[in-house]
Amino acid sequence: MSETQREIGTLRVKTGLAEMLKGGVIMDVVTVEQAKIAEDAGAVAVMALERVPADIRAAGGVARMADPTIVESIVGSVSIPVMAKCRIGHFVEAQILESLGVDYIDESEVLTPADEEYHVNKLDFGVPFVCGCRNLGEALRRISEGAAMVRTKGEPGTGNVVEAVRHIRTVNDEIAWLTGLRSEQLFSAAKDLQAPYNLVKWVAENGKLPVVNFSAGGIATPADAALMMQLGCDGVFVGSGIFKSGDPAKRAKAIVEATTHFEDAEVIARVSRNLGEAMVGINISDIPDAERMQERGW
Amino acid sequence: MKVGVLALQGAFREHIYSLEALDVGAVAVRKPEQLDACVGLIIPGGESTAISKLMASYGFYAPIQARHGEGMAVWGTCAGSILTARVVVDGIEGQKSLELMDVAVRRNAYGRQADSFEADLEFAGLSEAYRGIFIRAPWIESVGEGVEVLARHEGHIVAARQGNCLSTTFHPELTGDPRVHRYFIENVIGSQLRGPQGR
Repeated sequence: MSETQREIGTLRVKTGLAEMLKGGVIMDVVTVEQAKIAEDAGAVAVMALERVPADIRAAGGVARMADPTIVESIVGSVSIPVMAKCRIGHFVEAQILESLGVDYIDESEVLTPADEEYHVNKLDFGVPFVCGCRNLGEALRRISEGAAMVRTKGEPGTGNVVEAVRHIRTVNDEIAWLTGLRSEQLFSAAKDLQAPYNLVKWVAENGKLPVVNFSAGGIATPADAALMMQLGCDGVFVGSGIFKSGDPAKRAKAIVEATTHFEDAEVIARVSRNLGEAMVGINISDIPDAERMQERGW
Repeated sequence: MKVGVLALQGAFREHIYSLEALDVGAVAVRKPEQLDACVGLIIPGGESTAISKLMASYGFYAPIQARHGEGMAVWGTCAGSILTARVVVDGIEGQKSLELMDVAVRRNAYGRQADSFEADLEFAGLSEAYRGIFIRAPWIESVGEGVEVLARHEGHIVAARQGNCLSTTFHPELTGDPRVHRYFIENVIGSQLRGPQGR
């Protein structure tokens, strides 16, 4: 026996980083100062952005990958992993982000899609990808394209957790449904889910997704984070919820603690006290269909 | 016999599954008082900054040090190997470790995620190579007297042991290969495994 050379960019190395993020909170940041606040609060990673989803929603127009200067400055300022978003299907933005040294790319519906038919072929990249999903079929399509981590989408920039709950419940219900099917039914289930048969079969046999699944899109309070964890997510993304609130540092730390102690109501109650103003939320029914980010992705 | 796995953040579930596959009772440790029932503790991979902040908030440092002093074995993997080291190189300002092992560990030693890798290792006492998965991994830069080096990769120390404390900078819990978990139970805790899995 002897030691062998390094093998980089393997599936285990890509999914492995997501495994290390579990039980943690990934926070959207737009400046170096915010990134440091997030790291100090105990974030497991930061998402480097030009604008948080609530501001993207307010600004309208086309939302693109952040300026490389912003991404680079955040990559250089914290020691925790840095993620960044590219547009759906925009593989050149993904190439740029990979060249900047980001640790994970989020091919994200928060930005304006660049391709209305195809997602990025994520198998082409050494850097791992996370993608959004609203149901099991969407999750498995993204995994077959090479996503090493998924997140339920929720409705970004709303501070309203209802869509995040809908999406994790849908994924869980569909997994439970698959596990009850006979082997010959799985072929037809793959057709119904519009997902590759081999992944459908794997989920039916194992009763879980083959990669880590975080929750995103609307988490604004420690209780929201714990709710998503109790519903079976592996961790949470908090976008606008922290830096659109009255006391970001305190709220960030509270959400981290609630995510760890998600089954301990006494801890969640204690960290929920005196957090200041939460972000102002939006009711989903007040958002015109065309502005619902969760509909983006195919 | 119960082995605790520190369950504040990171890949603690995989360690619990690995222990259960060896028929060892595993406990997810979220509160310091749970340490009293544990003969060993695994500090898993995750983000060392996040885990250390949660350890501080929930008062884990002194109880782990005290239980270790009473004989509780401790194994740190990746982030855990940083948290058990006496010296952390390239940590964040004020990063606190448990100082259980006389080693200096360099954080993110290989670089960013693009530099994460897997490779076969020679691990002391194992007859076949062990597949090491290194994710934004640290390495052990130097060791004090009384620290036994168990594995190196490209010259860097990636596994070491001092008394009842074990440190691996890679992730045995992600491989499904039980040999390092078995080493921890049998050689570091010093307890014989039961059943066919123990052979």
